[in-house]
Amino acid sequence: MHLLYQIFVDPFVQMGTAPDLLAQTLWEGLVSGVLYALIALGFVLIFKASGVFNFAQGIMVVFAALTLVGLYQAMTRLGVVNPTIGAYLALAGTVVVMFLLAVGVERLVLRPLVNQPDIVLFMATFGLTYFLIGFGEYVFGGDPQVMIADQLHLPRGRIDVHVFGGVVQMQKIDITAAVIASVLVAALAVFFQKTRIGRALRAVADSHRAALSVGISLETIWVIVWFAAGIVALATGIMWGARSDVSFALEIIALKALPVLILGGLTSIPGAIVGGLIIGLSEKIGELYWGPLLGSGIESWLAYVIALVFLLFRPQGLFGERIIERV
Amino acid sequence: MRPRFFALATAAAVLAGASLPASRAVAQDSIYVPLFTYRTGPYAGSGIPVANGMHDYLAMLNERDGGINGVKLNVEECETGYDTKKGVECYESVKGKHPAVINPYSTGITLELIPRAAVDKIPILSMAYGLSASADGNIFPWIFNPPLTYWDGASVFVRYVASKEGGMDKLKGKKLGLLHLDAPYGKEPIPVLQDMAKKYGFQLLLYPVPGKEMQNQGSLWLNVRRDRPDYIYIQGWGAMNPTAVKEAAKVGFPMDHLMGVWWSGGDDDARPAGPGGTGYLSLDFNGVGTDYPVIQDILKYVVDKGKSQVDSKSRVGENLYNRGVFNAMLIAEAIRNAQQLTGKKVVVGEDVRRGFESLNITEARLKEMGAPNFAPPVHLTCADHNGHHAVFVVRWDGTKWVKISDWIEPIKEEVLPLIEQTAKEYAEKNTGWPKRTEPCDKSS
Repeated sequence: MHLLYQIFVDPFVQMGTAPDLLAQTLWEGLVSGVLYALIALGFVLIFKASGVFNFAQGIMVVFAALTLVGLYQAMTRLGVVNPTIGAYLALAGTVVVMFLLAVGVERLVLRPLVNQPDIVLFMATFGLTYFLIGFGEYVFGGDPQVMIADQLHLPRGRIDVHVFGGVVQMQKIDITAAVIASVLVAALAVFFQKTRIGRALRAVADSHRAALSVGISLETIWVIVWFAAGIVALATGIMWGARSDVSFALEIIALKALPVLILGGLTSIPGAIVGGLIIGLSEKIGELYWGPLLGSGIESWLAYVIALVFLLFRPQGLFGERIIERV
Repeated sequence: MRPRFFALATAAAVLAGASLPASRAVAQDSIYVPLFTYRTGPYAGSGIPVANGMHDYLAMLNERDGGINGVKLNVEECETGYDTKKGVECYESVKGKHPAVINPYSTGITLELIPRAAVDKIPILSMAYGLSASADGNIFPWIFNPPLTYWDGASVFVRYVASKEGGMDKLKGKKLGLLHLDAPYGKEPIPVLQDMAKKYGFQLLLYPVPGKEMQNQGSLWLNVRRDRPDYIYIQGWGAMNPTAVKEAAKVGFPMDHLMGVWWSGGDDDARPAGPGGTGYLSLDFNGVGTDYPVIQDILKYVVDKGKSQVDSKSRVGENLYNRGVFNAMLIAEAIRNAQQLTGKKVVVGEDVRRGFESLNITEARLKEMGAPNFAPPVHLTCADHNGHHAVFVVRWDGTKWVKISDWIEPIKEEVLPLIEQTAKEYAEKNTGWPKRTEPCDKSS
């Protein structure tokens, strides 16, 4: 009986008796959800364009963040005294590097593999991952770096909102992250769903050969999509780097996208957003109210359980396309 | 063709035969010291300074003194990435080369190697990490974990909290949290904290951080907000540490109530939190900075000559760098002691085990080594492979660690019986665990 009480009654009693903590949890879940959506978006973009699950998305986050910090340090050494100018020059330089990376991936990895089975392209992204790890460690070393959040004028501090007889602490950096992620997600959603490039992108995903036959430039599409994924990786790297530090450990954060993708579907931008929010909110609530029953630390697997339960009812994910192949 | 083939084969055989004594001669001219390190991966932030410190001290001995008693040290790193599987692979790759000692630099790897050490006759040095119970030399003759165990460290944390609250009796009703990596290393202090919680009447709250969530601790700090612990002890590593300090600063947890074990007190653990991290506490047992003759010699003979891997000279003297130096000093002194005990110049694992077992680094010896007041004196015996030495508390002042307490003794009456009991249980659980047959040296 006690166990049943702890599962079905006590968590709701806690929510009722400390509504400010519940509000705080919902806020934290929302912020995490938006950030998970941002990571998931990087995967979705490339999957939509090439039908490939990009295993390298996690290391692209690390690579982008390290490039930003590394370029900033280089600017300082070169005598750029004003930290703001240095930081924004470094940001611009990183965007250029991510573009060059996109061109390099298209030329050296994807182009030779046109019309190859998806599994070959998937394996190629494994190769890309290990190349970027080695190259990144060679160029930047393995030491963790501090994200240049102050130099980029990302806000510090927090806003205390007094509600329900308590307080909800909203970190300004989290608010900024949520806003930037939302804007980025919305812009990409519009760009890829309402423009010609978006339609071309879907054609490429369906069939390389058919897309080529109607005059769609596969090379251009791939460069655009990998560049967009690179920008998403940069935004992700800045936001997560500001919450912790910039190191190769950030690569693990990309794993948070997997349950989001299972839930939202690999091909849906709205799915990535809604999936991210569901996972973010449910893992925070689950960890806080039911975690102690299981020894805490459950959020690393709870997200997968939630995603798998959804899969039982919608195998294609919340917004994924139902694929019917005629035989 | 046939005579030519035989001529070539004979020549090859002669060359091969000639090369054998040569390779043996190389092996016999030096002492092989493998270092298991991790300069890559999620834990590199903690691994790099330790690796640099260990490497640079041993390199300095080679450059300044020509090795130890005229025998060069053959130092070789093996990258583990703090991955137990890779660590075991490293062990398998070096064990045939007659290593003087193995430094796993991971509790997970140490736990895997403990049963192998006695079989392969290779001592394991897990300096202030690893299995706390392995301090019992009667059951673990091949394992050494000076200068103190995680249980000692946790007991110092409790003693420190009591001193702030006005005495051990004031612990009753307090809430002490343990924020730990959800791995063997992080879980190690739990038994002694549970015992002390019962005895002193405080509530122990556990906050495990899964390895995959090291940089995503939001939920965990919601638990902290709900539970309102009075003090938190961090047993973290790698990216977990700076994230925890940042999160604590974010939620306004008082920094002087947040204390890390000595492995959570790296400069890179506190620095990313910016001004919010000022006041964060850590246990420590080695000096920081470069104002020690031994560190000056490292700068002169290794760093200035470009033979170090530090990316900037300013990183020499940081807390974890100096920790690595102290680790290497223990290795060197055990080798030196083994040479003295055996009368041999080139010593191998079996000799160095004896060297560790009668290690006695006094304050006078530390001074001779150029490290006065750098670390606690270390005295090991046949029965005690740890020493259970005191530690002190350091405080992050925003740019560096500053010592703020005297040496604090562990609560030995709590720790020692637990070590004896757990060591016995370990031997009983592992069927066929060998009874100690290694004799004790007179000096031990």
